[in-house]
Amino acid sequence: MENNMAPHTFVAYVEDKPGVLNRVASLFRRRTFNIESLTVGHTDQAGVSRMTIVVDTDDLGARRVEANLYKLVNVLRVDDVTAQPTVERDLALIKVAARNGKRAEIMQLVDVYRARIVDVTNDSLVVEITGTEDKIESMVDILRPFGIIEMVRTGVVSMTRGAMAPSANPPLVAAMIPEAALN
Amino acid sequence: MKLTGAKIIWECLVREGVEIVFGYPGGTILPAYDAMLDYPIHHVLVRHEQGGTHMADAYARASGRVGVMFATSGPGATNTVTGLATAMMDSSPVLCITGQVAGSLVGLDAFQETDVTGVTLPVTKHNYLVTRPQDIARTIREALYIARTGRPGPVLVDITKDAQQKDAEFDWDAAAPSLPGYRPDLHALPEEYEKALHLIRSAKRPVILMGRGVLQAGAMRTVQEFAEKTNTPVAMTLLGIGGLPANHPLNLGMMGMHGEAWVNHAIQQADLLLAFGMRFDDRVTGNVKTYAPRAQKIHIDIDPSEINKIVKVDVALVGDLCDVLQELAPRVQAADHSEWLAHIDEMKGDSAVRDIQNLPDTGHLYAAHVIHDLWRATKGEALICTDVGQHQMWTAQYYKQDRPFNFITSGGLGTMGFGLPAAIGAKLARPNAEVWSISGDGGFQMTLAELATAAQEGVKVNAAIINNGYLGMVRQWQEFFYDKRYAATPMLSPDFVKIAEAYGLKGIRVTQRSEVHDAIREAQETAGTVVIDFRVEKEDSVYPMVPAGADLHNMIRRPIPPKEGDYLVPQNVLVESGVDVEWDISVK
Ligand SMILES: Cc1cc2nc3c(=O)[nH]c(=O)nc-3n(C[C@H](O)[C@H](O)[C@H](O)COP(=O)(O)OP(=O)(O)OC[C@H]3O[C@@H](n4cnc5c(N)ncnc54)[C@H](O)[C@@H]3O)c2cc1C
Ligand SMILES: Cc1ncc(C[n+]2csc(CCOP(=O)(O)OP(=O)(O)O)c2C)c(N)n1
Ligand SMILES: [Mg+2]
Repeated sequence: MENNMAPHTFVAYVEDKPGVLNRVASLFRRRTFNIESLTVGHTDQAGVSRMTIVVDTDDLGARRVEANLYKLVNVLRVDDVTAQPTVERDLALIKVAARNGKRAEIMQLVDVYRARIVDVTNDSLVVEITGTEDKIESMVDILRPFGIIEMVRTGVVSMTRGAMAPSANPPLVAAMIPEAALN
Repeated sequence: MKLTGAKIIWECLVREGVEIVFGYPGGTILPAYDAMLDYPIHHVLVRHEQGGTHMADAYARASGRVGVMFATSGPGATNTVTGLATAMMDSSPVLCITGQVAGSLVGLDAFQETDVTGVTLPVTKHNYLVTRPQDIARTIREALYIARTGRPGPVLVDITKDAQQKDAEFDWDAAAPSLPGYRPDLHALPEEYEKALHLIRSAKRPVILMGRGVLQAGAMRTVQEFAEKTNTPVAMTLLGIGGLPANHPLNLGMMGMHGEAWVNHAIQQADLLLAFGMRFDDRVTGNVKTYAPRAQKIHIDIDPSEINKIVKVDVALVGDLCDVLQELAPRVQAADHSEWLAHIDEMKGDSAVRDIQNLPDTGHLYAAHVIHDLWRATKGEALICTDVGQHQMWTAQYYKQDRPFNFITSGGLGTMGFGLPAAIGAKLARPNAEVWSISGDGGFQMTLAELATAAQEGVKVNAAIINNGYLGMVRQWQEFFYDKRYAATPMLSPDFVKIAEAYGLKGIRVTQRSEVHDAIREAQETAGTVVIDFRVEKEDSVYPMVPAGADLHNMIRRPIPPKEGDYLVPQNVLVESGVDVEWDISVK
């Protein structure tokens, strides 16, 4: 697993039951996979949650992640969307110091990034930004000199492009044959 | 029909065909124990929950049915953890039901509260916490279904005391399993079959690696026919033993760390490995980087996460072994690999000379003698349960199993203390079988309290102790790799004969080869459980041995003994490479 390490993005549909997040997290810990980011939320289907999981691993590792996720009884479907065209978004709230007449300068930068100001006090601003992780990191770098007081990020959520909606619970799962691993 | 949660537990178990449960009561499981008296259930009171879980595990391995264990909350539940982990590693279907404190107290550090589903999460196939009586029926049905299907494994159901006490409507049909995410029935892709057939057709030096999956799929006959049609020799994993009769001409014997030299050489020289329901444990492969370097590999396994986990394979056929072979076997061509088979036969070379069976009889009692004589006295038909250590490996080597499901051992976890309770569980599953446990003096002391269970239940097993005065397997590693510095391995034991007698059982001591046969006979003819204390050679070692992580072909062999005179404990250690040199443990 040493070579070809790269972030792999998985979308997993899971049953919305107590403890399922723990099962997923425990699996990654036990199999020594490092989670870069994990987000969970409801879907349009009652009783089904959707996770976006980003893991730093190689192709073989990615297969193992997928196969092991499928072994969890509460996991309905897993897609490795790494190689697919997707929309990926992260959201950050950044509280930044805005003293000494810096406010206008900050607001200008926020505009450039198409971010928004969602809270204003005498000496601070809260900036809301959505976008790819890169974009957010760049925004953070730009704001850092002003003094970041507090920041929170949601982690990546991901969705494949195009009209095809994956069923949360496909009737048939072909056994995974790790083609990519064969060389 | 309105029933208490406690009654619903038993309604479900009885309807699912459960007749025997193992267990140990306590406060939070009391409602279930009270309700049990109204149902046709044979409850086996164990002496420790670990032993009980091993009994349920071995009951399952001997019969193919799910073994059921009951325990109370807190310490009762945590005592099952070793047993669950053992069952998990060897994919054994066990249902463990534990009591939990009342729902209103969960999370408040109540008396005897442990987060049991949290603790057992990594050592179960799945687990449940049930807090409402109306959820009990479905949960029990799902738990049993999950335990026995797909790749089997242990499932734990933790039920709060108040859920057992309260009433709920019991509707069997409405409680059918609903598991949309659980897919025990995966199927290989058609093009993989084509690839497999091509590899099989072009192989000149194929070897089948037979694992426990063959037994779990019940594919013994199919695999045998496959091997015979293609004239392919079969190597066994420890847990695959019995999947093909030991006396079958194509059965090479056990592979791996303590496998026979020619078996490991055959694997290293093979051009095709057919892995049938085995998972390339590190005791099987040795150094993965140098493992079977010339071989293409076909892996048939029901669990996709096993594919390419340890050994990269060329073709993966995911699915139940029976299903896959039914598809594959009719399409393979008959083949004649007589040259290859002859070559393997040649590799047996001087192995027979080194075999301890052929050592001059010096009056010393070796474990191999005991096990060989036991094999003869039981006509090779006994159901053998072992503990973990040297005696376990000698049993694998010298008790030639011609039948499936007659060899029960803790392979993946290597749990000392498994042997005796396993024998009790196996005997309850197969009352007509002659059941023996073979344990070391160390492991036997870990669970010997279960002798009381055998006595109370009137269960007839025979417990052989291979008493070498050491934690032998660890001592062996110290001898080979730690300069014979025997840290904490010499072991004082009680008088096992008196121990047996204290439990109201018969105990026999054997110190000479000449006494072995009679002692076995006496045990066989005695009605109750018998303990035999075999005082064997203290510092014997298991050969061959592939040191952990070493190349599979680099085995430490049993030194060829001197022709005349006393057989001494080996002083120097030989490496299989034609040259007698000291083993270099720096090799990684
Ligand atoms: C002291 C000690 C020494 C040992 N030395 C050795 C040794 O020298 N040689 C050795 O072989 N072992 C040895 N072992 C045991 C070793 O650790 C493993 O437990 C063993 O090799 C595993 O065998 P297995 O892969 O056949 O069985 P398992 O671990 O039970 O794996 C079975 C495989 O079959 C699959 N399967 C299950 N059901 C089906 C089905 N229906 N269809 C298809 N596939 C299925 C499973 O998914 C799994 O991958 C030793 C253990 C101890 C404690
Ligand atoms: C519960 C547990 N603790 C420790 C070990 C490590 N271990 C493996 S073999 C062995 C020695 C077993 O000694 P004994 O039961 O006397 O059997 P022998 O090897 O002498 O036949 C030990 C300590 C283990 N496998 N299980
Ligand atoms: Mg010992």
